[in-house]
Amino acid sequence: MIGRFGAILTGDRQADRVVPPTGYTANLTAFTAAAMAFLSVFALALSLATDRLATRWSEELAQTATVRISAPDGQLSRQAEAVMRILDTTPGIRSARMMTNEEQLKLLEPWFGPDLPLDTLPIPRLIEVVESGDGPDMAGLRLRLAAEAPGAVLDDHSRWRKPLISAASRLRALGVFSILLILGSTAAMITLAAQSALAANAQVITVVRLIGARDAYIVRAFVRRFTLRALFGALFGTVLAMLSIYFLPSAADEGAFLTGLGFQGWHWVLPVVVPVIAAVLAFWATRIAAFRVLRRMA
Amino acid sequence: MLELKKAAFDYAGKEILTDMSVTLAPGTFHFLTGPSGSGKTTFLKLCYQDLIPSSGTLHIFGKDVRAMDRDDVASVRQRIGVVHQDCQFLDHLTMSENILLPLQVTGHEVASKLRDMQELMVWTGLSDQMELLPPVLSGGERQRAALARAVIMSPELIIADEPTGNLDWDMAQRMLTLLIELNKMGKTILIATHDMNLIRMAKNQVAARVLRIRQRHLELAGAEL
Ligand SMILES: Nc1ncnc2c1ncn2[C@@H]1O[C@H](COP(=O)(O)OP(=O)(O)OP(=O)(O)O)[C@@H](O)[C@H]1O
Ligand SMILES: [Mg+2]
Repeated sequence: MIGRFGAILTGDRQADRVVPPTGYTANLTAFTAAAMAFLSVFALALSLATDRLATRWSEELAQTATVRISAPDGQLSRQAEAVMRILDTTPGIRSARMMTNEEQLKLLEPWFGPDLPLDTLPIPRLIEVVESGDGPDMAGLRLRLAAEAPGAVLDDHSRWRKPLISAASRLRALGVFSILLILGSTAAMITLAAQSALAANAQVITVVRLIGARDAYIVRAFVRRFTLRALFGALFGTVLAMLSIYFLPSAADEGAFLTGLGFQGWHWVLPVVVPVIAAVLAFWATRIAAFRVLRRMA
Repeated sequence: MLELKKAAFDYAGKEILTDMSVTLAPGTFHFLTGPSGSGKTTFLKLCYQDLIPSSGTLHIFGKDVRAMDRDDVASVRQRIGVVHQDCQFLDHLTMSENILLPLQVTGHEVASKLRDMQELMVWTGLSDQMELLPPVLSGGERQRAALARAVIMSPELIIADEPTGNLDWDMAQRMLTLLIELNKMGKTILIATHDMNLIRMAKNQVAARVLRIRQRHLELAGAEL
């Protein structure tokens, strides 16, 4: 298998000349491969990004919870203290921290702008809870909070985390599905191009058969062409897509929550397999199509 | 080498050849004659398996043509050199590339045969045409090149369809001499031709037999030639 690919890449130029060059289908095949590679690199980036997102949401957020206390002015700090006391004595909680005014202001800033007069608004206090191990017994904790601080509401994020995670996994599945569709249509287009190239060269095939060429020889001449075209077309499309992704505006500061679409770390190596897959696909699509056409031409 | 028994052939029901029984032994020299349209080319096509007999049997190199798959056919054709009536070159390759093509497509080493090719080109008077494309050559030049291509692989059987049809007498003699030389080296030769002078000249030099197609039957021509 590897040997066969090697022979294709090095194969002798003279053998290549037996089938006359067909500029038009050659360019179409290369263009198709380039476009498909471009699209699959984006689909790959999308899948990887949503994968990261889902992982983050399920792992990081699973370990946190929030307690929100809304109470009339006079009771707010008393209830907050009570909540902190309860949290400190509950097993399964690593730490609990009351958010400062500045932190709460920062959370609200995107919605209300920077100069929010926090003091004059009845804004609930927020306590950030970091869990340990399997986390606390949520139901028991709720009961204790209700008894001692009626204004406290425990939010373990599961309500909004679950749909987000399932949306992210759905998105990732869609990305993978798109890649499969792209592979399928690439194979289909290369099959069509190979078939038309063979039909266009019926006369050449007749002649080389008359002088003793086997099907395998004829197939090789076409396979080599289409594999190389697909390889270089896809290489071009991949590089183009990687450059576009690299120069995508970074979403790191404003929307760290959404994580950038770009590749991270070693994931930059993954798109390199796209041209290889394109070449393998072209190899088999052409080979199968060519043998079928030759069987029919006999 | 080549054995037909009660073989017949028809194009979609139109019978061209019927009840042919003939054997070409290795090393023999045969001519095939008959009026235009009598089926000479058709007979040769049966011999190199471009066509399959519609009835009867045909064995080539001891193999039944009906029992062959496409790879078998290819292997048989590698042992037969054919000068087709319409030459059959690849028009986008130069003459020298065309002549080396049988080696090329069968995965033989081309480099070692370059000297052979040059000698053939000199013999056939095509030294100046080596780098030209087939369509610009004259009919006679194409026929000579086709003969060069047919013998480059040093095949056991050489089949030629009107190889001297477009040649002047001098050149026709040269081609015949080449074929007779090859026959003396042990090759089996089968030539379709109208040219009685060619046949007579050959008979002076080798023990050539003449097959004639007459009213769809193949017969051995007698002493009247
Ligand atoms: N593909 C075909 N379909 C139908 N009829 C055909 C086909 N090929 C040849 N024929 C007919 O078969 C007959 C024999 O043709 P063939 O070419 O074998 O003759 P030939 O003896 O070689 O003639 P020539 O000396 O002119 O070359 C002719 O009548 C021709 O019209
Ligand atoms: Mg003829």
